[in-house]
Amino acid sequence: MTGLERLPGGLVDRNRCIAFTFDGHPYLGFPGDTLASALLANGVRMVGRSFKYHRPRGVFSAGSEEPNALVQLRRGAYREPNTRATVAELFDGLDATSQNYCGSLRFDLLAVNDLLASFLGAGFYYKTFMWPQALWERLYEPVIRASAGPGRLSGDTDPDVYDRGYLHCDLLVIGSGPAGLAAALVAGRSGARTILVDEDFVMGGRLHAETHEIDGQPGGAWAGSVVAELGALENVRLLSRTTVIGAYDHGIYGAVERKTDHLPDSKGKPRQILWRVHSRRAILCAGAIERPIAFGANDRPGVMLAGAVRTYANRYAVAPGKRVGVFTNNDDGWRTAVDLAAKGVEIAAVIDTREMAPPVDVTSVEVRMGGRITTTWGRKGLKAITLATGEKIAMDCLAVSGGWNPAVHLTCHQRGRPIWRDDIAAFVPGTGLPVGMAVAGSVNGSLSCGAALREGHDAASAIMQDLGIGLAKDALPAASDESVAVMPFWRVTESRGRAWVDLQNDVTVKDIQQAHHEGYRSVELLKRYTTLGMATDQGKTANVVALAILAEHGGRSIGDIGTTIFRPPYTPVSIAVFAGRSRGKAFRPTRLTPSHVWAEGRGGTFVEASGWLRARWYPVSGETHWRQSVDREVRLTRSGVGICDVSTLGKIDIQGEDSGTFLNKVYANGFAKLPVGRVRYGLMLREDGFVYDDGTTARLGKTHFVMTTTTANDGLVFRNLEFARQCLWPGLDVHLASATEQWAQFSVAGPRSRDLLAKIVDPPFDLANDAFPLMACGTVTVCGGAPGRLFRISFSGELGYEIAVPSRYGVSFMAALMTAGEDFDAVPYGVEALGVMRLEKGHVAGNELNGQSTAKMLNLERMISRKKDCIGNVLSQRPAMNRQDGLAMMGFRPLDRSVELTAGAHFLAMDAEDRMAADEGYMTSVAHSPELGYSIGLGFIMRGPERVGETVRAWDAVNGKDIPVEIVPPHFVDPQGNRLRG
Amino acid sequence: MIIPHPLLGPRDASEFVYLGDASLIDRPDPRAADALQQFHDYLYLRDNPAGEHRELWFHEHGDRSWLVVTRNTLTHEITAVELAKKVALERGRDR
Amino acid sequence: MRYSVFRILEQGLTGNRGWKPVWREPDPKPEYDILVIGGGGHGLSTAYYLATVHGQTNVAVLEKGWLGSGNVGRNTTIIRSNYLLPGNQPFYEFSMQLWEGLEQELNFNAMISQRGIINLFHSDAQRDAAVRRGNAMVLSGADAVILDQDVLRKKCPFLDFDNARFPVLGGLWQPRGGTARHDAVAWGYARGADRRGVDILQNCEVIGFDIRNGACHGVATTRGAIRAKKVAVCVAGSSGQVMELAGLRLPIESHVLQAFVSEGLKPVIPGVITYGAGHFYISQSDKGGLVFGGDIDGYNTYAQRGNLPVVENVCEGGMALMPMIGRARLLRMWGGVVDMSMDGSAFIDRTLIDGLFFNGGWCYGGFKATPASGYCYAHLIATGASHPVAAEMRLDRFASGALVDERGAGAQPNLH
Repeated sequence: MTGLERLPGGLVDRNRCIAFTFDGHPYLGFPGDTLASALLANGVRMVGRSFKYHRPRGVFSAGSEEPNALVQLRRGAYREPNTRATVAELFDGLDATSQNYCGSLRFDLLAVNDLLASFLGAGFYYKTFMWPQALWERLYEPVIRASAGPGRLSGDTDPDVYDRGYLHCDLLVIGSGPAGLAAALVAGRSGARTILVDEDFVMGGRLHAETHEIDGQPGGAWAGSVVAELGALENVRLLSRTTVIGAYDHGIYGAVERKTDHLPDSKGKPRQILWRVHSRRAILCAGAIERPIAFGANDRPGVMLAGAVRTYANRYAVAPGKRVGVFTNNDDGWRTAVDLAAKGVEIAAVIDTREMAPPVDVTSVEVRMGGRITTTWGRKGLKAITLATGEKIAMDCLAVSGGWNPAVHLTCHQRGRPIWRDDIAAFVPGTGLPVGMAVAGSVNGSLSCGAALREGHDAASAIMQDLGIGLAKDALPAASDESVAVMPFWRVTESRGRAWVDLQNDVTVKDIQQAHHEGYRSVELLKRYTTLGMATDQGKTANVVALAILAEHGGRSIGDIGTTIFRPPYTPVSIAVFAGRSRGKAFRPTRLTPSHVWAEGRGGTFVEASGWLRARWYPVSGETHWRQSVDREVRLTRSGVGICDVSTLGKIDIQGEDSGTFLNKVYANGFAKLPVGRVRYGLMLREDGFVYDDGTTARLGKTHFVMTTTTANDGLVFRNLEFARQCLWPGLDVHLASATEQWAQFSVAGPRSRDLLAKIVDPPFDLANDAFPLMACGTVTVCGGAPGRLFRISFSGELGYEIAVPSRYGVSFMAALMTAGEDFDAVPYGVEALGVMRLEKGHVAGNELNGQSTAKMLNLERMISRKKDCIGNVLSQRPAMNRQDGLAMMGFRPLDRSVELTAGAHFLAMDAEDRMAADEGYMTSVAHSPELGYSIGLGFIMRGPERVGETVRAWDAVNGKDIPVEIVPPHFVDPQGNRLRG
Repeated sequence: MIIPHPLLGPRDASEFVYLGDASLIDRPDPRAADALQQFHDYLYLRDNPAGEHRELWFHEHGDRSWLVVTRNTLTHEITAVELAKKVALERGRDR
Repeated sequence: MRYSVFRILEQGLTGNRGWKPVWREPDPKPEYDILVIGGGGHGLSTAYYLATVHGQTNVAVLEKGWLGSGNVGRNTTIIRSNYLLPGNQPFYEFSMQLWEGLEQELNFNAMISQRGIINLFHSDAQRDAAVRRGNAMVLSGADAVILDQDVLRKKCPFLDFDNARFPVLGGLWQPRGGTARHDAVAWGYARGADRRGVDILQNCEVIGFDIRNGACHGVATTRGAIRAKKVAVCVAGSSGQVMELAGLRLPIESHVLQAFVSEGLKPVIPGVITYGAGHFYISQSDKGGLVFGGDIDGYNTYAQRGNLPVVENVCEGGMALMPMIGRARLLRMWGGVVDMSMDGSAFIDRTLIDGLFFNGGWCYGGFKATPASGYCYAHLIATGASHPVAAEMRLDRFASGALVDERGAGAQPNLH
């Protein structure tokens, strides 16, 4: 076959050929084909291997429920494993390969598993591979993992682009079969904002697969005209190739639209889009999924679902076999024989499990009422079947129908449980539907075309009324109510061999029986023990058959047993689409400091800090190691003047009559009496009494303060202040605004900082020590009139200032500072030098303020004013937080001054064993001090203050270090603070 | 989830930061004799019902209102949303 | 029935007709010495160790649903002992040691697989914290290795080293960390306890406690009243609801944690990897599914399902860290309700009511604790004293201030 010899009719476009390959062999198909239909048209019957027994498998269904026909599409980084051939649209040059074998698809060495099947039954691996223990990781597991799969990732970065977006509508219609089209038509004509979604690339659902007539025309033609009308309405959005994957809270649905999967090349366009659909109402018209019957060797290529065989014949104009048999327990299965016979396909026999007169008069076709197939023949493709009577009938395709299961999945995503209906022998949506969701058509158990049209129409009409949207006058489309009578029949008890229930995971009737016998009787235990329904199809065709077998075995009803829980997504979705464009450098936004451009121009290196990129150091020519740069920056700052962008510190503007009172409540120490024009260091506690942030707050006016926070806690402090303002003390007159991004702030530090600022700050502002002493602040103008704020505060321990200007001046102001500093050899310094200087000075930073520290641990307990209330005051007094033998922050220096300390080392007494009970604390931060010429550290150690001068070990096993260190006070440089007051 | 903000209308929940039990508004009196016990209960023993829950959400990516949302923890249905400041004033909190 | 390869051969050759039920399905007796409420991993292991270590076999496990339907049935299967604080790390290392050898002890293959766990770090401060943690691990007798970027590139070449928003600087590796087949852990403990006479009562929901004069004398269940000398609650995820029946409030909030599994794929991820700059962790099951998760949704809920923003957040983390997984398909996502405690650590303690014990507050990390939790809980129930490695898991630690706060996040359960 060339793939071009087709049945009459169908939706394929015969005017153009599509060339594609499967396992390297070239084939031809038509636009409108899926890979599965094109392969069937080319006579390719075996397309894959099952997961466990590596049995040959062929196409089983014609939709997203496919368990067998999993292939890999495309090559290289574009490789897409486990793709269902039944939903893969054919395109020019499509390159598909089969998967899950060792050797080749036709000669799979792992097919040996099939011969060993009696030893590989349900849960066999829980009972062996335990001895000897050491062999699990070394032998057993690697062997098991090697057989994992089935598909293989490329291992390369996914080269495609993905998007995410929001859609809003009055009515979301999920599924575009007769019910969905009828519903969308009502809503669309009424003017409601309507979204109609279907996973298929052609809208119309099974109308294209069947031979129904609607309003006197073929169902497919009717669907086409409705879709055309809807497409012309501005208030209707049609989304084909889009799967609604989950129903989330408050009418939000997740939907994935496949934009370029059907094209040879995405050409830079988004491959897929994740839509979050915000709907006022939704109608689920997801249809139903046919289920098979379990009988011996029912897994051979050529055994297919009866409805799928019709789909291939009617929609794709492909006969899946030359001589087709039908095995059914319901009237619907007979349609397969009727439709195929009408297209000239030979019907081998119709075997109906029911003991009754044939429901359809098909002359010239063999009929076996009450017939049961016990086994099948044909190793790599069906050749014949055998009935319980012993009769053998030759056929190369068997269309099986065990009835239809409504696709209730989305109705259960918010813990709704479906209920069993005996009359159709299937679960239908029960209570607990997602709020705003209605169901219509076969998903509601109304399996005929006429009923689907009516329900879709009526559901949408009711919703329009409910939403107060005027109904357009329109007539209900008319169609016949074809017979769908069914008599439950789950498995052929006469079958001696293995009868498959879950085709992909190779779970058989016997496995289910054995699991039940062993005690795994709850449906959830059955699933977990046998892996039933856990494959890529999530048991869409298998689960109900399994429930029936479980029910039969345990003497219970299917309804009592219930289903396992349906979870999103409805069908598997690429991980990448959930991430959209938030990956790579765009994973999270990057914040740039106001002087970033200047720092780049200066050749700075940058480091990530709480979302910001901060200059880390500025290498100059000749420097080959970062330490050289950092040491120079520290030395020049301490000897002259250094400049650092500190804009990343959080800045919160606080105004109002009660601002001082408010600050008294949110800081541990007092602020109400802070004079105007002064700055104070503040310590902030959580309500549980632990320290979580610190910073300085300046009083710019009687009712105006500016608070700084650490870079990391900017947002958190602001949130907490708003909580205090709105929820705890709503009567205070205080208002907050975040000003972090509004001000560019620079530290100007070092003995020449005043001289430098004298050239920047406009006269007549007096910078003299008496006029503007340590902890003073004021409003200034700079560079001839630009607004600025000046604070005399110092993190470095040197005479120092922080000066702020509006952010837009950041780059030019940094340049102005550097120009003004040329006479003093001003140096820009980065966060590493900042860190070294703060450590030399014994200031705490993030490593010490890690949320586990108490004020006592930081030697700051006296800052918690007991005279006033503040957040955290009461609980900071709990006994274990004030132990006299608790941890306290101290300084550390190595006895051997040439040794480099490491942060994260734990402190052990010199003679202590390496045990947790001997743990005395840990090193939080270390740095090389250019001032002292050796490595210094800060850390927490038990009873620190009373142990000054004692030697302990800084024990760092993971870095292979064990360094004797001396405990010293945590202020290494200028402990009296003379420099900063100078 | 969608939170109907009393000032701004329906807003996606991802604009908000969640805090928890709205009784965190009822901060105890630190001068009480058993203040330590009261603060312990206030901070650590919060309501955690399976059903209707009054809880605090902060519109961080919005107008920075703290809201008291009444939401069912079994169904996620939201039945009331109030400005937390209003609730706090009603409960007698002041300065 | 003892399991072995020989048994499989024997059964295979005789049509697999001789397998025996793994546990009995007994009816409740009117009275037991000890009732364990909750037939999840921790409850079943508690019963197992009560029987094996303390000889207590007049014990029933009460499970409202099916055996193992607690969070042992819906977690991401990670086992590790890479904690930081003295109140936690020795406990988790003890648990790790129990995992090692558990299958042989239970004669049940739970596929405990020590393929290693790597916690990545992305900044100097994170590296410092990793070193501090690694050293704490070694101090407790565990294994810890700091990996630098070069080694990591060889071990995990698929990580995005060169286009990352947050650079991957290295990782804290615990070679003994790994995964286990979670359901099998429950089944193995259940089978072990059942064989020693413990009654496992499925579909038996506790609907009330018999509390008189400050002491607990039994429970009311959907299968009738049951008397007992000691009642041990072990229902993480439902702790708030169950303890409310006893009139007790807990320092716990109930939150939903979502988890995810992809379609089956050939092996591509060697062990467990956790992202330090986003909420994402991943491993690959023996069947080939990528098993991953991230942050909790962050609001109180008992609904056992989450929402899309966290799904997106988790997948963003995954794509930022290892963009090769983009074309793998997410197969199933689910949510489990977890006990988020006020400092992020668990409780194994007595309560104010005599004879009533409490085990819970495991946050999103209870699975790895399953053996030690049961062992220490059994120890407490049987002897009346805390096991030394669980001595800090007390309910009164919030009153004393002796918190066990690994993250330093304070009394904010959704941040732990």
